[in-house]
Amino acid sequence: MQKTPNQELLVAAIKDGTVIDHIPSSRIFDVVNLLGLQGLASAVVVGCNLESGQMGKKSIIKVADKFFTPDEVDRLSVVAPGATLSIIRNYDVVEKHQVRLPETLRGIIRCDNPVCISNNEPMPTRFHVKDNATVRCHYCEHEQRLEKVEIV
Amino acid sequence: MTRPKSFVSIAGLSREDILRLIAMAAEAEREPNRTVLQGRIVATLFFEPSTRTRLSFETAANRLGAKVIGFSDPKVTSSTKGETLNDTIRMVSNYADVIVMRHYLEGAALYASEIADKPVINAGDGAHQHPTQTMLDLYSIHKTQGRLDDLDICLVGDLKYGRTVHSLIQAMRHFRPRFHFVAPRELAMPEVYKQQLRGWGIPFEEHTELDAAAIGQADILYMTRVQRERFQDLAEYEKVKNLYVLRAQMLGAARPNMKILHPLPRVNEIAYDVDDTPFAYYFKQAENGLYMREAIICDVLGESL
Repeated sequence: MQKTPNQELLVAAIKDGTVIDHIPSSRIFDVVNLLGLQGLASAVVVGCNLESGQMGKKSIIKVADKFFTPDEVDRLSVVAPGATLSIIRNYDVVEKHQVRLPETLRGIIRCDNPVCISNNEPMPTRFHVKDNATVRCHYCEHEQRLEKVEIV
Repeated sequence: MTRPKSFVSIAGLSREDILRLIAMAAEAEREPNRTVLQGRIVATLFFEPSTRTRLSFETAANRLGAKVIGFSDPKVTSSTKGETLNDTIRMVSNYADVIVMRHYLEGAALYASEIADKPVINAGDGAHQHPTQTMLDLYSIHKTQGRLDDLDICLVGDLKYGRTVHSLIQAMRHFRPRFHFVAPRELAMPEVYKQQLRGWGIPFEEHTELDAAAIGQADILYMTRVQRERFQDLAEYEKVKNLYVLRAQMLGAARPNMKILHPLPRVNEIAYDVDDTPFAYYFKQAENGLYMREAIICDVLGESL
């Protein structure tokens, strides 16, 4: 799809850093919170409700001088599975891949079963990803819909 | 680090595991008193009181020659002072060779098995799992029918919340059973378990009445309690509560090999006149728990019977 001039402006190039594209617009602020972007000192551009051929509306985040750790990418995958991550070095995309849910999520989301051991003991939670929509607690085996999970 | 062999869930057991434990339980029954665990210490940690299960485990340990330490009442432990399960388990791991644990939180046994450097046996973790109960049910079925394969198993009562029936279904999947579910609509077998059964290709029928037809086609009649507190509408409870009371007069069409199981304690779901019929097996079933627990304690410690 042809980008509008306005959209070009919003997604202005960064020299070094990371672009997270194809974020569902409804989860954009979850992503900001989850990755702690509000606490960064470097430039952060957040674009919401941009036209997208695939998604209808999408959101995008550009973060200068920041490269996410595998753990941060796993966290991102919970709220924005299917987002695209591009690593930018010297204005060039040197790496691009789609965020995928890992098989296991450790210490990222909370179990919704109040009598699960993981809600009553200082321990990291652990979930098995059943499909792209459901996760199962490793300990109590309760299942949750991914779109409803609470982040630790 | 390699973890010791624990026994926390039914899901991971293969057909061979189940048959091996049944063979060991039969051997324990043949000669219940042994010295195979002499010099070993079994810790029974009951964070939730359960006299029946605790006595069964402690008797099993004593009959195997082991010594028993532990507590039966969490009020006397440091957990009331705010000690974490993690700390309690690490501490007890220093003293005992095997930990038998009952806990009110779901998943507690699996968590304990990930921390302990000694085997952990799950003696019940909240509403989640009670795998030694399932194993003693399987031992009882095998003992009374001479096999586990190709049996008609009729599950009666609370099939929605009853963890024993859910675990039994999971364990029996290896043995081509045919299930008959008898429950009021409010307490019917949840869809998730029915889907599992379809996935495994195991046939099942659903009934709402406990009648001669349902009883007559069963090799095993597994009774559970219909609990008043499970009903939102008490009028509904009043309507169904007596439909699921088994009486001796209902057993006329029962197969001669049929046996009645119940995880106990019963309230009113089996009338006392059933106790004297040749079909009643629930007290013997509880006794079988002793032999199966002897087998499980030995198995996690790497001892064969």
